[in-house]
This record gives sequence, structure tokens and C-alpha cells, in this order.
Amino acid sequence: MNIEERLLKKDKRACARLISMLENNDEEAIKIIKNLYHKTGSAYVIGITGPPGSGKSTLTDRLTKELRKEGKTVGILAIDPTSPFTGGAILGDRIRMSDLALDKDVFIRSMGTRGFLGGVSKATWGAVKILDMYGCDYIFIETVGVGQSEIDIVKMADTVLMVLVPNMGDDIQAIKAGIMEIADVFTINKSDLDGADKTKMEIEMNLDLNEKKDYRPPVVKVSAQKNEDIDFLLSKLKDHESYIKNTGKIHEIRRRNLKTEILQLAEEEVLKIIMNKAYENDLIDALSTKVEKREEDPYTAKERIVALLND
Amino acid sequence: MDRPIRVLVAKPGLDGHDRGAKVIARALRDAGMEVIYTGLRQTPEQIVAAAIQEDVDVVAMSLLSGAHNHLFPKVVNLLRGEGVDDVLVLGGGVIPEDDIPSLIESGVEAIFTPGTPTKDVINFINTNIKRK
Repeated sequence: MNIEERLLKKDKRACARLISMLENNDEEAIKIIKNLYHKTGSAYVIGITGPPGSGKSTLTDRLTKELRKEGKTVGILAIDPTSPFTGGAILGDRIRMSDLALDKDVFIRSMGTRGFLGGVSKATWGAVKILDMYGCDYIFIETVGVGQSEIDIVKMADTVLMVLVPNMGDDIQAIKAGIMEIADVFTINKSDLDGADKTKMEIEMNLDLNEKKDYRPPVVKVSAQKNEDIDFLLSKLKDHESYIKNTGKIHEIRRRNLKTEILQLAEEEVLKIIMNKAYENDLIDALSTKVEKREEDPYTAKERIVALLND
Repeated sequence: MDRPIRVLVAKPGLDGHDRGAKVIARALRDAGMEVIYTGLRQTPEQIVAAAIQEDVDVVAMSLLSGAHNHLFPKVVNLLRGEGVDDVLVLGGGVIPEDDIPSLIESGVEAIFTPGTPTKDVINFINTNIKRK
């Protein structure tokens, strides 16, 4: 049996190997995704994002256990940062998900960002498709711990869950642009700590200022560690799922996400062509030397490289 | 090799001493490897399941409880049972010299005892990796 057939037979090793091949830019993996793409689209993708240490992994573990009670199959892509200096990484999200390792209907994969900014890795888009083909009902993408502007998760997920903790900052943080704008559901984890109500109120007040729409992101207090109100949080995630499915918005969201994905793939290819041209015969070195000597300006130098693309 | 080597660093058994595992994890990270750390008190079954899902090149186990003669070979056998034959299995921790030959015999490819420079572990992995 080849890897493609094994994947469809729910062979974990095949699924795991295919994700590796994709991460390593193996053409064979792309070919398999092309062949099987028509089978994807049934998995529901939930992005889980939030600052480092907010409890994303523990929450992913708890939400997965809730879904397993309903008999749903779950895939988890847990992303941690790759060192920009050595290319190495410590992928430590599994620590919080030990109990799930032996569940045959759960597949967990840790991924390094491998130079990609935005809170996810380049291969995450493809890995979601592989897990979809493998047969997961739900796929969680757990981003790296994010700051204020890593919002790529919104371009991959059907529903985005933003995990916050009490006392992260004053109410100005809540009205800042970026990460606070992408959530479909907010959760305040560790809400047994002081300040949870205040944090909830600040987010609610910020939501009050949004243009009135027929969907308003709920703000749910939970404690992942103590396993409190996880079922309620899941019900809120499912409310959003029902909302976008019933209104047909899901197609809008998925089209928007695919648009980004296709453009991203194209951009990558074009960038490769530009880089090849720029480095051919050390052109970029010659140009930067000229620019440094003020014999030429950066804009003209750029035009010289772009002109080569038309050859 | 133009891909990062993936290593599962696991703590089987019941001891809670993970300083060594963390030092190794950090050293392998600095050597450009992707290290998946499982955390404490993992059963051999959990370790093998994680190794498969993470598609690792290396399973590196650290154990200081004395149960190495039981747990290390068990991981090797479970991997074989799953048909996994391209993963390098390593052991580390306080392992008596006398126990090492039988562990190697059971299929653990190397045992690193306290005092081993992390460089040696990195070199061993780079030299003995089974997948290109």
C-alpha cells in the first residue's frame, strides 16, 4: 500500500510521514495533496491563539476531551517557535496533552515555525488538509504564544478562539488593533485568579463599540487547569460554527482564507524567481556597493532587478 | 541533510528529575534540531505513540529511577511491534556500567551516563541517523 492509500485507511504513521514530507518541501507530498484535495472540506478548523503561558495547550487538551465524549475525531497542530539562529526548536505543547497520546481518534503533531512569522508555520496550511483527509472531524491549530499582531491564524481557521488571562494590562490593551480584532470567541483562562471579571468587562466594553452585527463574540471565563466551564466554552465555539454554517458565512470565510493561501503560494514562487535573479552573478552585491557609494539609489537598483524578470 | 532532525525527548518511569532531559533538549535545539519534549512520567506506550505521530528520527529517553532495564527495551519492542525500524533509540541517566551491554543488546543504540558532554550526544545522532 502506498502512503496515499494508507492515509485514507487512517494509518497514523502515513499521516505523520506526509506532514514531515510537506514540512520538508517534498514534491511527492504536494502531489498527494493535489490528488486528494477534492476529499477535504469536511473538517471544522478552530484556531487557538493567545499570549505565551495563557494556557492554550491545556485548553486544547480539555476541549479535545469534551469533543471525544461526543465521539468526534480530533487533530491537533501545535506550533512553537523555531530559533532564527540555529533552526532548532523546543516543541513543548504535548506536555499538556499526555493523556491524549494513546487515544486512537486523536492525532497530535508539533510543528516549528521554521522561519515563518505570524504565529503559525508555512506547512500548517497543508497539514490541515492532510488531517482533513485522514478523517478528523475537528482540527485545532494552536499558534505560538502571540503578542499583538500575529494574526495569520485567522487566515486558516473557521473559528478563532482568543485565550486571555486576567491582569494582562489596562483597558487600553483591549481597544488596540490587531489580535483583539480577530477573535470569534474570547476566553479568559485562569479565571480563578483575581481580576478575571475586570478583564471580561474590559473586553465586553470594547465589543460594545463594534458596529452592530448579528453575531457578537462571547467572552467566557474558564479554568483549564481545574477543568471548569470547558463544556460551556465548547458550546460557544459550536454556536459560532452553527452561525457561520446556517448563514452560509462559512463559504465566505473559507474563500477569503483560500485566497490568502493561493496568493501566499504564488508569492513564494515569485519571490524565489526574484531572489535567483538578484543573486545571479552577485548582482545584489554589486548593486548594494553602488548604492552605498551613492552612485545609485535604492529605487533605481530595485528597478534593475525587476527589469530582469521580464527577460 | 536540508531538514531539521526531529528528536523526541522523553522521561519514562516515575522519577521527577528532568534537569538532564532539559539540558539535552536545549543542547539539541542549539544544534539545529526540532526537539519534542513529552514531559514527565510517560509510559512506554505514550512515548511510542508520540514518536509515531511526531515522525521523529530519534527517541531519547532519560531515566533516573533505576527502571531502565525494564522500560528502555519495552520502548524498543513497542516501536518494532508498530513496524518502526528507522528510529534511533537512545538512553541516558544514572545507568550502571554493568547494565549497558544488555540494553545495547535489546536494541537501544547508545547509553549516555552522567558527565557525557552534550557534544558527544549531538555527534552520535548526526552520525547514526537512519533516515536521510
